[in-house]
Amino acid sequence: MEVNPIITTDNSLKQMEEERSENIMTKLLTDLNSTARKLLFGAISTGPIPQHIAFIMDGNRRFAKKWKLTEGGGHKAGFLALMSVLKYCYEIGVKYVTVYAFSLDNFNRRPDEVQYVMDLMQEKIEGFLKQLTIVNKYGVRVLFIGDLKRLYEPVRIAAEKAMEATAKNTKTYLLVCVAYTSSHEIPRAIYESCQAKSGVVMNGNGSVNGDYNHEVGIKVVDLDKHMYMGVAPDPDILVRSSGETRLSNFLLWQTTDCLLYSPKALWPEMGLWQVVWGILKFQMSYKYLEKKKKQA
Amino acid sequence: MLYSLISRHSTMALVAESQKSGNMLLFLLWHVVHLIISVLYIVREILRAIESYLITNGYVKTNTNLNLDRVKYLGIVVDSDEARNTSQVIELLEWLSAIGVKKVCLYDREGVLKKSKEVFMEKFGSAKIPNEKLVSGPLLSKKRMDFEFVSLSDGKELVAKAANLLFKKYYVDADSEKPFFTETHLTDALKTLGAVEPDPDLLLIYGPVRCHLGFPAWRLRYSEMVHMGPLKYKKYGLILKAIHRFTKVKQNYGS
Repeated sequence: MEVNPIITTDNSLKQMEEERSENIMTKLLTDLNSTARKLLFGAISTGPIPQHIAFIMDGNRRFAKKWKLTEGGGHKAGFLALMSVLKYCYEIGVKYVTVYAFSLDNFNRRPDEVQYVMDLMQEKIEGFLKQLTIVNKYGVRVLFIGDLKRLYEPVRIAAEKAMEATAKNTKTYLLVCVAYTSSHEIPRAIYESCQAKSGVVMNGNGSVNGDYNHEVGIKVVDLDKHMYMGVAPDPDILVRSSGETRLSNFLLWQTTDCLLYSPKALWPEMGLWQVVWGILKFQMSYKYLEKKKKQA
Repeated sequence: MLYSLISRHSTMALVAESQKSGNMLLFLLWHVVHLIISVLYIVREILRAIESYLITNGYVKTNTNLNLDRVKYLGIVVDSDEARNTSQVIELLEWLSAIGVKKVCLYDREGVLKKSKEVFMEKFGSAKIPNEKLVSGPLLSKKRMDFEFVSLSDGKELVAKAANLLFKKYYVDADSEKPFFTETHLTDALKTLGAVEPDPDLLLIYGPVRCHLGFPAWRLRYSEMVHMGPLKYKKYGLILKAIHRFTKVKQNYGS
């Protein structure tokens, strides 16, 4: 039975274990593991849980070098890490998860690497579309954020299909940033705000819409509304793997009150402990950041 | 039947009790975990103090020969409450001056540092605030540093002002060409509003939490952000360490 790592849940993993092996010890250990994790998450949930966590998935190529894999192998390992991290986030109760899958700057990479990543994205999205019943059961809404016109055509089509197929889900959100940079997002939001404002002015054969005030102009809330990321609240934690301390043009506008966390683990090495530690750090900073948000 | 009713009721009560005590247990566990973390943080602070002492007094040679050319523009983010303690900020700037940093961007959310600009100018030389002309103080050639003072109003609100500039330029005339705005349009509009300074290469964050607290977004694209802890616990050796680490970082800029 082929296993699609995108939608495999704890329950179906357990089922496979039972079918494959009658080893009672293995079953006992798996149950113990799952119970221990539920206990841990239960304890952590006593404190505040972030509503939105963003991840910069950095370190796939370094991982491949470290373990002498092909570069593609690093990206594939990174994808598996993504599935684990998503599972833990949704289990703990995080509602929005954003990931930086592909930057506009990444188009500058070698063409064969860009092609590989595009192909991988297409493969995973199409695989995901084949298992929609389970995805919809968990209520995950998938959104692709960025300049989608820059994506290779088959990837863009698959992405749009996935967005349409999960549009009715509202339980949890997965925002995948592709062909994205803040340097593109901010001027674009200005452009969209200008278009919207001028649309109001042009309303009714040149006569001004009663509510529109020429003096008011474009405000920060208008820009917020027209950002690509306007579909979700600002992130509470931004995690960048591999220990790098920069944001690399990701969510610069949205991280005013966001905790920045840089675990040393490379992205394919990310797992339960980094997610837990990030949330514990968030809980320690919670009072301070709430105070700052209220002052704004 | 009465017996089964009573037994069912007592079972439910037992379950409720155990759930309550279960929740209590988790609550206690959470507090224990956070207590352990607080202890670990205190231990870490002590270790950092020792490390800083060793670096400052030259026991760790690698941090002393700094290639300051790589740090063309240093940014300092300070928590506004801590920024009110001007003497602490002055001490920090004295350390930076001693290290040899020439250009510093000082940010605090509420603009507390902006209000104290005269004090800094007097001590360290010229200072610049966005939208104001360059004001120079007495020149002490050894200590002279160039400052820029930034606060929250120079972030998103400035971008909104730039948006209005662009609207006036391209949208007031119904027939004019309306290009899709790129980074260049934004940068030019911001320059007109006085935002001419470059992006900081390295950002040192002094506050309880690692958060840039609203530093102008478009200037942070590739800045390395290092959390230095609260301002009152600042350590000279750790600044050297942060700068040294920065000079060793290799950025691919996405490619």
